[in-house]
Amino acid sequence: MPERKHRSVRVSTIALVVALLAILIVPLVIHGLDSEFAGTDSAATETVEGSGYRPWFEFRLLPESTELESGIFALQAGLGFGVLGYALGVLNERRRNRNTAATDQTGTDDTPAANPEPSHPDARS
Amino acid sequence: MHIAEGFLPASQCLIWAAAATPFVIHGARAVIKQVREHPERKLLLAAAGAFTFAMSAIKLPSVSGSSSHPTGTGLGAVIFKPPVMAFLSTIVLIFQALLLAHGGLTTLGANIFSMGIVGPWVGYACYRLATRLRASLDVRIFLAMAFADLSTYVFTSFQLALAHPDAASGFGGALAKFLSVFAVTQIPLAIAEGIVGVLLFRFLTQVARPQLTALGILSATDAPAREEAVANA
Repeated sequence: MPERKHRSVRVSTIALVVALLAILIVPLVIHGLDSEFAGTDSAATETVEGSGYRPWFEFRLLPESTELESGIFALQAGLGFGVLGYALGVLNERRRNRNTAATDQTGTDDTPAANPEPSHPDARS
Repeated sequence: MHIAEGFLPASQCLIWAAAATPFVIHGARAVIKQVREHPERKLLLAAAGAFTFAMSAIKLPSVSGSSSHPTGTGLGAVIFKPPVMAFLSTIVLIFQALLLAHGGLTTLGANIFSMGIVGPWVGYACYRLATRLRASLDVRIFLAMAFADLSTYVFTSFQLALAHPDAASGFGGALAKFLSVFAVTQIPLAIAEGIVGVLLFRFLTQVARPQLTALGILSATDAPAREEAVANA
């Protein structure tokens, strides 16, 4: 039974990844690779400015530069995914150590199934 | 979604900032409490925050021909409950306002309210509703992520319409206008974010089972297939 469940989880994971790629690639196909794909953030400011409104405040710590901007966006994404990847990696290692500890020790069952942390009152499966 | 610097009248900036402040303070306290009382959840909390941090930086193309950012707030809202997301979103928004001139300092309160408060709470509400309807975990996470994302942008449209009602059609007309700018583009991206959330959460159920069980997301009785096989070996 565990094997069958494992396989169906794998199939649905692949299906999800395919769906995700489709959502992100279809726009490129429909609108072409040279398309601008203007951000909705700037579309919003343009809409507002269309009625004659001008921003009353400006704050810039760093010089206005698209290169710098894309660099810092990349930095933000990098930091975010870096920390995320690190955290997931450590959690994965810990899980592996838990599993090997469970199989190494005879007589002491350290699997989470046998030692659940106190269950939250709202717990659902 | 980030309203750009200076695009809300000063009075509304103050109102949103005042409205957001108690949530941010409560969120900061909630984060500190989590870290202090449950240090074994620090990594998971860092992962939730990092996910939002990363998601807010990426721009994705949409079938509408524009592009937009996902929010990533649904994940943290489900795992740690919405209050912490107010604080974590504040960090992201300050970073972007200062270093990228994306969003703004005057509009910080408004942006925190849409991304850090409304988004997470709506996402969490969808999660709880789906749980009550006995939906599978995948469906619950998907709905939480997608609606956290979508509601953030819908609320931003609301904030903008409030500040810039249309000369002819008033608030309603402006709302329709801003929704047409955001909502259509955001729907496929919200779905994409939902899928990413489901995939990420599947991995988390594998590697962070004890913490998620203690947090009440997973029930203690279902052991994962692989660990079951190991235990029975």
